[in-house]
Amino acid sequence: MIPGGLREEVARDGETIVFVAPERLLEVMTWLKETPGQEFDYLVDITAVEFRDRERPLQVVWFLRSLTRRADLRVKVELDAAAELAVDSVWGLWHGADWLEREVYDMFGIAFRGHPDLRRILMWETYAEGFPLRKDFPLRGRFSRAEQVRQALNANPEAHYSLDELSIADAWGDIPDDMRERLKRGERGTVPE
Amino acid sequence: MKRVVESKEVAGQSPNYLLAKFQDLVDWAVNSSRANSLWPMPFGTACCAIEFMATAASRYDFARFGMERQAFSPRQADVLICAGRLPFKLAPVIRRIYDQMPQPKWVISMGACASTGGIFDNYAMVQGIDTIVPVDVYVPGCPPRPEGLLYGVLLLHKKIKGESLFDAERRRDEQPLDEKGLRLSPAEIDEVSEPFGNSVHQFRSS
Repeated sequence: MIPGGLREEVARDGETIVFVAPERLLEVMTWLKETPGQEFDYLVDITAVEFRDRERPLQVVWFLRSLTRRADLRVKVELDAAAELAVDSVWGLWHGADWLEREVYDMFGIAFRGHPDLRRILMWETYAEGFPLRKDFPLRGRFSRAEQVRQALNANPEAHYSLDELSIADAWGDIPDDMRERLKRGERGTVPE
Repeated sequence: MKRVVESKEVAGQSPNYLLAKFQDLVDWAVNSSRANSLWPMPFGTACCAIEFMATAASRYDFARFGMERQAFSPRQADVLICAGRLPFKLAPVIRRIYDQMPQPKWVISMGACASTGGIFDNYAMVQGIDTIVPVDVYVPGCPPRPEGLLYGVLLLHKKIKGESLFDAERRRDEQPLDEKGLRLSPAEIDEVSEPFGNSVHQFRSS
């Protein structure tokens, strides 16, 4: 048992799963990354699970790998669905967590405290129907198809991208002035009337 | 030239003269030149784009039908080929591409997903691109074989040759969005987006 772990399980494929209390997550993750003999230096993925049994808590799962030790570990945190869905961000330990945490936030509505830029990543930022992978989300979305088409057609495609993403794409010097102005103002588009 | 009013033939020779309405002659000339040199704008989003590429490549080669130049800029394109599923996030993009294309312009909806949403009857997917842009030819299939797309292109040729500059009903007009930013009325969109087939019984994500 690692320090800070609540309990351990062995997954079907033989990997170890460690359950951690949400408030001790960062401490445990720091220990796992920096302690000699652990050295989990690579964050493979972050995801979340909601079970069909609504009483069961949601799980957030971190897949860790130690490239030097060739070892894997899964860390899980259980969150009560009725309470506030928030855990600490591990972005400070692994910068690769940036988009992974945004995806979990986008699909499950789990907030990551301390994330530098917690926005939707797959759905557009004005998406107002909720969090698609939650069990209470209807398969076809909450709005009528006509309303979905209307909002989609009235969306501003440039607003899907942030300033950073555009500058990463080296498009900053090429985009029209008015678009650059809008991005500078941080304009994200609004839900059309 | 189906609308020839009169022709005179001398035995053993080609017709000495043809008589046709001037408007029909103009339509024939314009439509044949349009139909036989369509420049496609590929909008490939999924596996249909692979079949589209196969259609463009040497084995099937839609250059045989005057489509040898693929226009990767909408401003030099005649026909928009939407190959693959269209998520709502891409809906304003394809609409803008369509608006940027010069008149006259046509749209081929390639594959089940572009035409109806296909198996993706969910929160993220447009249920048929005809709710976004007017579609001329729907090519069924998942994905359609290159022969299917070629058949769709030939159908489009047929459709183009039936158009007319002078007849308001057969003329190709701009189809802008209405003041609410929609192409169809909300009731029509809901109707064409209705679930069908197996997805009728699926309502929950769990």
